[in-house]
Amino acid sequence: MIQTRREMLAHSATVAGLLATAGLLPQTALAAWPQAAFDAKTLADAVKALGGGTPAESKDVTLTGPDIAENGAVVPVGCASALPGVKKMLLLVEKNPSVLAAVFNVTDAVEANFNTRVKMGQSSNVYAVAMMGDGKVLFAQKEIKVTLGGCGG
Amino acid sequence: MADPMRIRAQAAGDKATVRVLMSHEMETGQRKDSAGKTIPAWFIQEVSAAHNGKTVLTAEWGPSVAKNPFMQFNVKGAKAGDKISVSWVDNKGDKRTDEATVS
Repeated sequence: MIQTRREMLAHSATVAGLLATAGLLPQTALAAWPQAAFDAKTLADAVKALGGGTPAESKDVTLTGPDIAENGAVVPVGCASALPGVKKMLLLVEKNPSVLAAVFNVTDAVEANFNTRVKMGQSSNVYAVAMMGDGKVLFAQKEIKVTLGGCGG
Repeated sequence: MADPMRIRAQAAGDKATVRVLMSHEMETGQRKDSAGKTIPAWFIQEVSAAHNGKTVLTAEWGPSVAKNPFMQFNVKGAKAGDKISVSWVDNKGDKRTDEATVS
């Protein structure tokens, strides 16, 4: 057998390349999906990966959701902002393995008001983030308690 | 191929509220099956919505979105009879597009 370290590395790079072209690596299949943002572990990191600045808490962003969620698998949450010039709305769940839940790219034709349902592994802070056209990043937060199977939290 | 989405679009004033219910497993990649093997992640990554053929909203989702995802948004200027179409792509490259008429 071969194998100097250099040959080995070259070889594995080739294999990785082949896999990528064959579409076997799901992460690379969609170039537009911001992998780095979804890998981020904190609010600030996720916002940074999407090209935003330091987030500041603001009353102009609203987050709706229950105070107590009985079933962490389906927690209805909504994010909204009445401010003009919102480019993206983000929803994040602080203690989930993947903190960033969803990114909505706002256009002029839709209101910056979205509702969806997220999973929550445990009681945690949930953030709604509005990334503005002028680079400002505003957020609102709310603690949602999860009582799994109603055994108390 | 995945099951059809349920889309409801209702006009109210100068906008329409669109509610979408998608049928998808949204597997996180964290869970293990009964044999202790990790179930690979399988979730919707990209969602887009179009009003009369013009894209008005795109979204990127992570595995934190709940199973059989629900999404609600408001389209400005949409009126009864307009077409709203919604499509998604998951991390396995599977995709689906469905259309509804604003009522």
